Amino acid sequence: MATEILMPALSPTMEEGTLAKWLVKEGDSVASGDILAEIETDKATMEFEAVDEGTIGKIIVAEGTEGVKVNSPIALLLEDGESADAVTTTTEATTQEALEEAATPAPAAAQVASEEPTPVSKASPDWPEGTEMITQTVREAIRDAMSEEMRADDTVFVMGEEVAEYNGAYKVTQGMLDEFGSRRVIDTPITEHGFTGIGVGAAFGGLKPIVEFMTFNFAMQAIDQIINSAAKTLYMSGGQMGAPMVFRGPNGAAARVGAQHSQDYAAWYASIPGLKVVMPYSAADAKGLMKTAIRDPNPVIVLENEILYGKSFEVPKLDDFTIPFGKARIWREGSDVTLVSWGIGMTYALEAAERLAADGIEAEVIDLRTLRPVDYDTVLASVMKTNRCVLVEEGFPVASFSDHMASTIMQRAFDYLDAPVVTCTGKDVPMPYAANLEKLALVTTDEVIEAVRKVTYK
Amino acid sequence: MATRKAPAKAKPNVSKDDLLQYYRDMLLIRRFEEKAGQLYGMGLIGGFCHLYIGQEAVVVGLEAAAKEGDKRVTSYRDHGHMLACGMDPNGVMAELTGREGGYSKGKGGSMHMFSKEKHFYGGHGIVAAQVPIGAGLAFADKYKGNDNVTFAYFGDGAANQGQVYEAYNMAELWDLPVIFVIENNQYAMGTSTQRSTKSPSYWERGAAYGIPGEEVDGMDVLAVKAAGEKAVAHCRAGKGPYILEIKTYRYRGHSMSDPAKYRTRDEVQKMREERDAIEMVRQMLLTGEHASEDDLKAIDKDIKNIVNASAEFAKESPEPALEELWTDIYADEIPQEAV
Ligand SMILES: Cc1ncc(C[n+]2csc(CCOP(=O)(O)OP(=O)(O)O)c2C)c(N)n1
Ligand SMILES: [Mg+2]
Repeated sequence: MATEILMPALSPTMEEGTLAKWLVKEGDSVASGDILAEIETDKATMEFEAVDEGTIGKIIVAEGTEGVKVNSPIALLLEDGESADAVTTTTEATTQEALEEAATPAPAAAQVASEEPTPVSKASPDWPEGTEMITQTVREAIRDAMSEEMRADDTVFVMGEEVAEYNGAYKVTQGMLDEFGSRRVIDTPITEHGFTGIGVGAAFGGLKPIVEFMTFNFAMQAIDQIINSAAKTLYMSGGQMGAPMVFRGPNGAAARVGAQHSQDYAAWYASIPGLKVVMPYSAADAKGLMKTAIRDPNPVIVLENEILYGKSFEVPKLDDFTIPFGKARIWREGSDVTLVSWGIGMTYALEAAERLAADGIEAEVIDLRTLRPVDYDTVLASVMKTNRCVLVEEGFPVASFSDHMASTIMQRAFDYLDAPVVTCTGKDVPMPYAANLEKLALVTTDEVIEAVRKVTYK
Repeated sequence: MATRKAPAKAKPNVSKDDLLQYYRDMLLIRRFEEKAGQLYGMGLIGGFCHLYIGQEAVVVGLEAAAKEGDKRVTSYRDHGHMLACGMDPNGVMAELTGREGGYSKGKGGSMHMFSKEKHFYGGHGIVAAQVPIGAGLAFADKYKGNDNVTFAYFGDGAANQGQVYEAYNMAELWDLPVIFVIENNQYAMGTSTQRSTKSPSYWERGAAYGIPGEEVDGMDVLAVKAAGEKAVAHCRAGKGPYILEIKTYRYRGHSMSDPAKYRTRDEVQKMREERDAIEMVRQMLLTGEHASEDDLKAIDKDIKNIVNASAEFAKESPEPALEELWTDIYADEIPQEAV
């Protein structure tokens, strides 16, 4: 029986890849463990090994082909004595519902909010009209922000696990060791508490460290240094010294990595006076906010997201582009309800708005971008217009950042509300591994839509 | 006091049955992991999946030195440990596919599995977190007054974490019956030991806390077993912890998504060809005329059947019921330890 060799999934988030190179040709016999091909994902090039032995009967996907879907047949492996002509290929691969992720809608162009009452929206365009734009992934935008700041300021350096020679566990620091050398792009042992403390000391000593956590799950090992040392020292020293530094890395759920590797820490860090916290969604925001974070004289937490890393957005082509903290962005104007989110939560908010619009419900969608300082005014101004608000995030529901926003809205805009403020969050459970349960544990677009219907009574 | 020991080369006395058993146990791990890699490629296993291929002699050798009641705890690279302590391949594979029949009902995944029955305390995703936990398991046994020991496995990368040394200090201070097993496979993801420490002889670090230890050839299952027996005897005698730094090698990438650019293919190939632990036992069986090629073929076939059956089970077991999302968050009562 001939076996189909299928396009492998090489990482938790891979859906398709490029078949970069075949290392075998038709007629070659292969043994288990032999390298068959090189496959490129958005993160890296990887070698793909044979599992079974046999003869390569037919190469179905030619080298250089891009966008080859995981699990589609790429070659045919024959057993001894079998001929390629004798077998017909079945093209239907194993079903892959798990990978059938809902496509995210293209966001509406950013626009200025305008409404009078007491709190005035701070949202305004982040770059001049007519600016040339380039398409970039969030991953590239973050790297560019760090590299630009490092070129401009020798006191800025990056440290963390696998940031240098490996080019970053998630390839965010790709190429930076080559450009800046090992004095400024520093691989650490796996010692989060230790290297975070060293980073804080370096900041006290006049440098501007960027401390990368491979993921924020591992920053729990270091949270004492982040909060007790970095966040509080300025206050405790009566303003004499502080920690101008950035703590960054992917935060929140990725895909199928289980309870210890899937937690959103937004609410934790946002509750700490002395820290600033940003959680960008788009590539332009990631770049502009990262540059602001590096220049800020305080410790700044930048919560990135593995799933967003590979997503592309338009980024302004400007020599020095920054976005100020504490300024929200209005992605879509609407009069029926205000949808507030940040980071990956925006994916659900924007998708819900798109689907609601098809039913005649116009949602105003606000991306907070910065959680501390947070732009209350833009949210309040919008709620005073729409009289309804739904907040969306992936974090746990109890003491969530949405709860804080909801209570602020209630205190400052109570008379304007026509319905209770509703929060849509992740479920109150540790993240399960099973595919079906994981989907349920996260917030869903359907839940956002249902919440909007509830508050608009439609 | 720390004592250095030359990697054991002398062939200790070992029975034919034992040798055959180690062969089987190591082969089961290897074939199981190959199958897991295959299922990952098919999208049936998601997230992180860290294979144990190359390191089989470590767990098989140490399990040969353990008795019923002894405990073990390890990192995310845990499939081999589970198979070696007698956990059911079906349950392990079904956890990898996230199904109801898995050891954690599909809720834990590759990195987080547990078995009360086999005294396997996980499957931990945070590098080095299992080390103080291992000391704590030993604390419980000492407290209860039994003679069980705990094997706390961790990597060369984990060996640099601060909590390891806090655990060493207390383990020795309180004479806890824990064996700290450093599986030194020379890499922590893409970082070789030379790039993470200037004190690469990890077992010697125990001397600072008064913990004896030794370096062991982890590609030789008999050497591992002999060292394990020595460590176990030390612990059971109430003399406190012991460190085994077991030199081993992982053939595959760190996880399924590792581009493996940090080492040469030749380096891996050389290890596979010259030092493979399974091949070594195979040769011993054949040259000692303990088994014929046909006998070994029969074992291979048997193992293949077990592994294929586990894959079938893992594919057919249903996804967990949706209500499972909300269970197991709080326990209603403190679980009574089964003796
Ligand atoms: C606290 C923490 N930091 C970082 C990681 C990411 N990570 C997972 S495995 C690993 C390498 C560990 O290497 P080692 O201890 O040698 O074990 P091996 O993988 O070789 O078995 C890293 C950095 C993590 N899981 N936990
Ligand atoms: Mg290692």
